[in-house]
Amino acid sequence: MKSPVRSELLPAEARYREVIGAGSYWINTLAKDEVLRIVDVEGNQSADTLFFNAADISDRYSAVDTIRAQRNVYLTTGSSLLSTSGNVLAEIVADTVGRHDTLGGACAAESNTVRYALEKRTMHSCRDSYLLAAAQHDHLGIGKRDLGHNINFFMNVPVTRDGGLTFADGLSGPGQYVEMRAGMDIIVLISNCPQLNNPCNAYNPTPLEVLIWNFDVR
Amino acid sequence: MDHNSYETTIEGGKHWSFTMRAGTQLRLTDVEGGANVGMLLYNPQNPLERYNAPDTLKCQHTFKLTRGHCLYSDMGRIFCSVTEDTVGWHDTVCGTSNGQMIAQQWGERTYQQYRNDWTQNGLDAFLVEGAKYGLGRRDLAANVNWFSKAGVADDGAISFEPGNSAAGKWVELRFEMDTLVLLHTCPHPLDTSRHYPRHAVTLKFSRAQPVGADDFCLNSRPENARGFANTELYRFCSHES
Repeated sequence: MKSPVRSELLPAEARYREVIGAGSYWINTLAKDEVLRIVDVEGNQSADTLFFNAADISDRYSAVDTIRAQRNVYLTTGSSLLSTSGNVLAEIVADTVGRHDTLGGACAAESNTVRYALEKRTMHSCRDSYLLAAAQHDHLGIGKRDLGHNINFFMNVPVTRDGGLTFADGLSGPGQYVEMRAGMDIIVLISNCPQLNNPCNAYNPTPLEVLIWNFDVR
Repeated sequence: MDHNSYETTIEGGKHWSFTMRAGTQLRLTDVEGGANVGMLLYNPQNPLERYNAPDTLKCQHTFKLTRGHCLYSDMGRIFCSVTEDTVGWHDTVCGTSNGQMIAQQWGERTYQQYRNDWTQNGLDAFLVEGAKYGLGRRDLAANVNWFSKAGVADDGAISFEPGNSAAGKWVELRFEMDTLVLLHTCPHPLDTSRHYPRHAVTLKFSRAQPVGADDFCLNSRPENARGFANTELYRFCSHES
């Protein structure tokens, strides 16, 4: 586990602040060098996050390229979030938690049927939030085919040496945050995870807060 | 082709694609050891349904792929089951090589100069095969790297393990629904061999035995019983069965 790295940015100087309720999505554009902070307001809440190159939707966050390039499966301060074309979409510049997941993907109604019970097929999920965001912002040109494998900020998915994958209680807590600086103009899509069937939200989905700082503040 | 099986060998650094019908199986054999087979899977009826590595891993609480595991689509269905495996660990989190990586590691060998011995890369291989079905960059996903292993330390550091697969090792995939298969035999993106690794793989296509109630993959985890149920419902509704 990496040591926590705190940010010096002041919330009072943020150009934007918004609370995202659990089960809702948030989509916004960041200019190059702007800084985005995601706050786990009440603790143990998964922020399922996707990034796109604003100039080319096909060039999107790639979990496998990010893992391969940094030779590590966990994300924390210093992690470069790479696109499918190898561009740095963003870099994590502060992180009070120390470890975030990018192996577990987003929950979907369909994977819920496999993981929990066939009758869970009508429960709300991150992928439904992504699909609604794409449909309600169709001018951006994002559709189902563009939904790659996301980051789960604040989620803890330890890998064991013998090749197991476990879903552990979150390492995060109330007020913990992660902060990233945009490496280029990017679109950020967050689903505040509505999952009720596993400990990724401590069985109690709670709000997230997002803040954005202009690059000239730094 | 004798109507029941077909066998062919793909040299290292090449690519191919085909559709597997539900109820057929594909055996991949590492001819000389050290092979890597990059693979992506799609529903030929609707390629928006594709292999989903995160769902595959989290549904089965695994980081590696081996016998007993099922390869899931993003729609909660099973493209194929790993019915036999003499290797023990196959990677699906490291992605695939691209031209820049290959050039950096082994130097660029152009087609102009080297003809069939050029150094093809995994990304271009997937793009070419995918384009034959109208698929493009937007349709890429985390792929499987059969025969390759990247181990994980406690701090999350991953390292490629040379020698994970030896000559003659094989893995068998039984297809549970119609599946478009894109594959290449280009190097694993973390392979550090001194020379561009160019290892052949034999593909054997045949008909699978019906899935019995005591099937190993069906029973390896309770999640897989539900995955099979979803797939069976799909086949029933689409008259595929």
